[in-house]
Amino acid sequence: MSEPLIFELSREGKRGYTFPECDVPESPLASLIGTRHLRREPAALPELAEIDVIRHFTRISRLNFCVDTHFYPLGSCTMKYNPKVNEKIAALVGFSQLHPLQPPQTVQGMLRLLFELEHLLCEITGMDAFTLQPAAGAHGELVGMMIARAYFARAGEPGRNIVLIPDSGHGTNPSSAALYGFEVQGLASDASGRVDVKQLGAALTPRVAALMLTNPNTLGLFEKDISSIAGLLHDNGSLFYCDGANLNALVGLAKPGDMGIDILHTNMHKTFSTPHGGGGPGAGPVGVKKKLAPFLPVPRVRRDDARGTYFFDGVGAGDSVGRVHAFYGNAGVLLKAYAYIRALGAEGLRQVALDAVLNANYLKELVSACFDIPYNSGPCMHEFVLSAARQKEHGVSALDIAKALIDRGFHPPTVYFPLIVKEALMIEPTETETKETLDTFARVLCEIAQAAEHSPGTLTNVTPHTTPVSRLDEVSAARKPVLTWCAESGREEKDSASGRQRR
Amino acid sequence: MKKYTKTHEWVEPDGTRATVGITDHAQGELRDIVFIELPKKGAGVSQGAACAVVESVKAAFDIYAPLSGKVIEINPKIEEDPSLVNQDPEGAGWFFKIEIADAAELDGLLDEVTYYKLLRGEAQ
Amino acid sequence: MHYTPHTDSDREEMLRRIGVRGIEELLVDIPASLRNTEFSLPEGMSEHELLKHMTVLASANRPLSELTSFLGAGAYEHLIPAAVEYLLARPEFSTCYTPYQPEASQGTLTALFEYQTMICRLTGMPVANASLYDGASACAEAAILALRAQGKNRVALARSLNPFYARTVATYLKGLGTEIVEIPYTEGGQVDTGCLADIAGTVSCVIVQSPNFFGVIEDMKAIGEIIHDTDALFVASVNPVSLGVLAPPGECGADIAVGDVQVFGNTLSFGGPYAGFFAVAAALMRKIPGRVCGMTQDREGRRGFVLTLQTREQHIRREKATSNICTNEALCTLASCVYLSLLGRQGIEELARLNVQKAHYACEVLSAIDGVTPYFSGPFFNEFVITLDSAIPLDALEERMLKQGILPGLRLGRFFSDLERCLLVCVTEARTREEIDRFAAALKQILKENL
Repeated sequence: MSEPLIFELSREGKRGYTFPECDVPESPLASLIGTRHLRREPAALPELAEIDVIRHFTRISRLNFCVDTHFYPLGSCTMKYNPKVNEKIAALVGFSQLHPLQPPQTVQGMLRLLFELEHLLCEITGMDAFTLQPAAGAHGELVGMMIARAYFARAGEPGRNIVLIPDSGHGTNPSSAALYGFEVQGLASDASGRVDVKQLGAALTPRVAALMLTNPNTLGLFEKDISSIAGLLHDNGSLFYCDGANLNALVGLAKPGDMGIDILHTNMHKTFSTPHGGGGPGAGPVGVKKKLAPFLPVPRVRRDDARGTYFFDGVGAGDSVGRVHAFYGNAGVLLKAYAYIRALGAEGLRQVALDAVLNANYLKELVSACFDIPYNSGPCMHEFVLSAARQKEHGVSALDIAKALIDRGFHPPTVYFPLIVKEALMIEPTETETKETLDTFARVLCEIAQAAEHSPGTLTNVTPHTTPVSRLDEVSAARKPVLTWCAESGREEKDSASGRQRR
Repeated sequence: MKKYTKTHEWVEPDGTRATVGITDHAQGELRDIVFIELPKKGAGVSQGAACAVVESVKAAFDIYAPLSGKVIEINPKIEEDPSLVNQDPEGAGWFFKIEIADAAELDGLLDEVTYYKLLRGEAQ
Repeated sequence: MHYTPHTDSDREEMLRRIGVRGIEELLVDIPASLRNTEFSLPEGMSEHELLKHMTVLASANRPLSELTSFLGAGAYEHLIPAAVEYLLARPEFSTCYTPYQPEASQGTLTALFEYQTMICRLTGMPVANASLYDGASACAEAAILALRAQGKNRVALARSLNPFYARTVATYLKGLGTEIVEIPYTEGGQVDTGCLADIAGTVSCVIVQSPNFFGVIEDMKAIGEIIHDTDALFVASVNPVSLGVLAPPGECGADIAVGDVQVFGNTLSFGGPYAGFFAVAAALMRKIPGRVCGMTQDREGRRGFVLTLQTREQHIRREKATSNICTNEALCTLASCVYLSLLGRQGIEELARLNVQKAHYACEVLSAIDGVTPYFSGPFFNEFVITLDSAIPLDALEERMLKQGILPGLRLGRFFSDLERCLLVCVTEARTREEIDRFAAALKQILKENL
């Protein structure tokens, strides 16, 4: 990579921003604060002019693939197009310059927006109440686990300590459950790739608090038996948690609330098209059925119907799990989701799901001759999972195919997930891609598959050569982690990462 | 005499003590080992229970104690350079030594012939 | 409005290729009983109508651009250079995903590596991650790390820790059955070190904030020494702006330093998105939650960056992961990385100095008013607590001030019953002397009328 690090561009004395002159009488810091508390020397931040900073970050930005430049079919991540008007909206000073602790009478527009968003989400998902606080999907899962725990504590059943999770589930599911002290028990999928209802029945003991299920699941399949699954859980006194990461396939068609789901987290940065930002910010609102609403985190947004005003209720119904975010979640993200839902309306949202399903099935059809597709007994929903097992016989792995796609101008699909598919390539085209893009992608993917059979040497362990770097040495990166830059040695502060603890 | 487990650990008893490591087959499956978390000296381990973790770039595996006992020595070299386990898993890449709690546990382990038979079975 | 590009004939052609007569045939897996098309949602809008609607909502707010704010308490109004917003708007940064494919993500990864380095240099810690949700969840994750590392299911929080953070920590720990003990503050507004010494030996960690919730600067070196005589980890929650002039946590013996980088170039946005930073001592490197970016080389020996130490994370370790976090706050860390690059070594020091000077000036002019007294005697950074000796209820006072376009600070009674008559006042470089004087004059007038 040719672009230097910002620290290497630094030249002593340069400044990229000037603060207004100090307009109050000044006293020496030592007299105001005391020398004991002061820093001995300034932090070694890089020193650059504004133009240096602009050029550096503009240059490195061009080393990224992004939705605006490339097809980005990452399964489970829903990399759809992000409407530009939403960026303009979020930048309105009436939204961006609000302090979270302003008196409620000065933030009525924002409170109303949040209140209405909760209600729109209830309508779309069929849940009874929502919290907007979780800052991302995994945060929402954790909040869901908190709600489940609080519910059973209230019900006098603190012994319900097991959460069941299918082997096709996202990694966040077991880690969210474990983070809140639950014991995780896996469930194998059946031959069709769905929950094995018999096995679930056998696993349901009085200690089971909940099942965490993604629907459509990570194979892109709708869990057909979802109503019986819900029945089994409820008969056992357990809760039904739905990971709503794949809600994109259902909006306007069916409501998780009708399926017996008790707790649902949603991802605004997937379903409702807020930009991913290179790994956040997201927002992961959680919806619950009525009986669980008292346990939602505080504060809650409420409306004083008599006055038509909105306010924060810091106490909730008394059984709240508590506060899960310093303030109210990622308001700046939530308002983009609100704008997206309002722009589309019911018809537009339904078209989202329909075209998401259409695009996935179309693309699956186009590549079906070139790849194995396990669990392919019928149509998929919004995504599907190919296996490169056939290509692997020639030595070409899913990762090799991913890297080959990069060189041909496509962001690769999600690879090696879900874990139940060998050499998995998980493809989610999303509804915002054109037929032309899908046609081209399919052609390229099939060419790669053919090359894997006829000339595997051109693919195995080959590295992208159109990118700023070729395959990177991840082994060294993990063995001897270099996590910061050190100008003095021209390398990083090596010893810092391998030093000994004081005890 | 060296004994093996179905989970691909080896143990070599020496009087009341024993040295523990992972087999050549295991290191081959793991490929490039990047980090090893060893039990603390003085810690108790029990047969069949997880006692160490071996990590590659994108995977982590539990290592199970072949015998119960108390850890009396760990191999600092593999903490410094985990690739040693890839290079010499059943020699310089040993994990730790224990004071054997119950020598009878050795009887339940596999001998070399049986272990390699098992590996061939796995391969088929 | 719709963002789906197909024409009807595209859709027909695609359905034909799939070999079905209609889209319904693709939806057969959804049982008919679950199909629900009854959505009482408002009609969709054109882009123009949407903009109008959103502008109406925005206009129903009174943003800080129209007000003179002295609110802080964990979210701070700072000046944001135009270049920050400009770069943040680049789609290459905003419309990409987590950099799992490093060859296609060197931009994001480079910025993360630079960000981590800046956090380390500011905090004096050797290792930093790529961000957590916010300062509150960073505190909670620090407590969880400590519980696992040290084994005692008990943690201590300074009572002067931001109460929003303290409550978040309590929520996170409830499921683990952790006992939380509180360390009181002295008259100076600082941690009671006698009490700290009694408690530190019984807990997995002690979380202390400096400048604390009251703006008071803690004696972090003394606190570090006390904690280091025990097995507890020292978690320092710091406002990173203060590190322009204050001794970094790494020099005070902190094992974990956390905080929020909202202050570095992120808009207030009604409480989020912000980003928690998380930095640790070397020995805790493999226990750190969240993503970490590392430097390495490609096959040609060129420098490049990857997400590393991934075996700690949920997508690999599942229930044994150090945290469940997946999506973090990458774009907010980018904002702080750009912001800190623009400020540089001199700028960060000047920023902190401006905050100290303005806050001290404000404290002086406010304290000169009859009926206004600073509540704590300890040294402070850019926030301070005043107590108002007057008959007027504080909510009425707030209402009066608001009429003059002033947000006078945060009433502390809702958090601390002993501080019923107190206001937490924040003054950053965004306030001018004229604004501070206007605040003092307005307060003086109101108090005079209500003697």
